[in-house]
Amino acid sequence: METHSITTVVLLACGSFNPITNMHLRMFELARDHLEDTGQYRVVKGIISPVGDGYKKKGLIEACHRLEMAKLATENSGWITVDYWESLQPEWVETAKVIRHHHEKLLTAEQNNDEVDTVKYTKKRRIEENYFEGSSHQKRRDSPQLMLLCGADVLESFGIPNMWKQEDIAEIVGRFGLVCITRSGNDPYKFIHQSDMLWTYRKNIHVVHRVGDQ
Amino acid sequence: MANRRVPLVLLACGSFNPITNQHMRLFELAKDHMHSTGQYQVVGGIVSPVSDGYGKQGLVLAKHRIAMAKLALQSSNWVTVDEWESQQPDWTETVVTMRYHYGRILKEYEQSTGTHNNSSSNTTPLSSISPQLKLLCGADFLDTFKVPGLWLDEHVEEVAGRFGLVCVSRGRLQPERAVHESDMLSRHQRNIFLVREWVRNETSATEVRRALRRGLSVKYLIPDSVIEYIHQHNLYTEDSERRNKGTVLRPLTKQAQQPVKSLDD
Repeated sequence: METHSITTVVLLACGSFNPITNMHLRMFELARDHLEDTGQYRVVKGIISPVGDGYKKKGLIEACHRLEMAKLATENSGWITVDYWESLQPEWVETAKVIRHHHEKLLTAEQNNDEVDTVKYTKKRRIEENYFEGSSHQKRRDSPQLMLLCGADVLESFGIPNMWKQEDIAEIVGRFGLVCITRSGNDPYKFIHQSDMLWTYRKNIHVVHRVGDQ
Repeated sequence: MANRRVPLVLLACGSFNPITNQHMRLFELAKDHMHSTGQYQVVGGIVSPVSDGYGKQGLVLAKHRIAMAKLALQSSNWVTVDEWESQQPDWTETVVTMRYHYGRILKEYEQSTGTHNNSSSNTTPLSSISPQLKLLCGADFLDTFKVPGLWLDEHVEEVAGRFGLVCVSRGRLQPERAVHESDMLSRHQRNIFLVREWVRNETSATEVRRALRRGLSVKYLIPDSVIEYIHQHNLYTEDSERRNKGTVLRPLTKQAQQPVKSLDD
């Protein structure tokens, strides 16, 4: 039945969400429309992961409140959810680790789904074997591909010295992938072009333009 | 007495095709701003959708635009929808709509204070200041005053001079410029309140309709109840966008029939 394989995608957004706004939620809607419009992806889930109190950002209110607000804001969404894990960690967790955590969680869920299905067993083995390889392998699997959803500011922060570990950037962009929402008029391609690492993984970076200032 | 502020009602005229969160934000921003002047107490807001006679492309029936505005404003305890303008058979000049609402508001006020036909009564409190009505508009609105044939000069004079404007801008200085470049608006500068919106979250109804036609998400741009209504009535389609296509806006034809006095000035 398949004309060509459609990759299922889970979008993960990390941030303060202090508080969550309609703009945060719009990013998910825009990203889903964009990815599905390519005909290659089906976005099945969105995860909002508020940062823990250990992040120590000025004005950051307690995680329990930020989580509660995010939960209220996503009550009317059929696909966007809020995850507690990151916010419950006593220390600030690097974004790459948060993605890894969610990736493992997705794989575990996938394995549980497969448990009774012996036909799929060999495939499961293959998934495990490919675990640490590039995202090109991810696409061949049945398990969803996890992508980090962010604004153009995060993409640009990759260029700020000492802000990110280079291997983390490589892992986030190379292994998982990035959906970057940007105001029309901004040019993230130029930024990608100017960074050797981003350029290497440019095919894993999906740029979505917002029309107007939505 | 603490409350010597002028009671103020804000009126927004427009297509509301459909109403967006941004339209509702204009009211909230304007209210905060007017309160911060220390001179006004905003007591109400009115959304007045234009009638079908306006002739704008893609304008869906007023009954739907009214229904959507009502759904959207269920969450507001001070902004309401008024059907009067939308029920007029022909397009109504904004100033005429303002006169209607101002008349209505004054009457209510007089009834509540008992000043009408009751001059012998001494009970009218000193703090009771008669209410005002001002037109609430987005940044692009001031520019429409410059469009030839769209406005009669005496109407601009009355809207800006007699009533007053509250104009919300999107971060730039564009409205200041529009006021500066118009002699008439400059004359009424003290009656034109410019509100700066720092958060860039402008959503045009045109973009909302475009997204709807293309089957893209408009969630969080307009309330869920309005999205549901649009889907139920299959409102914004390629067909609906063709409505009034090629039609000249009613203000342009209506006012062309009237003598343009400004040429004598």
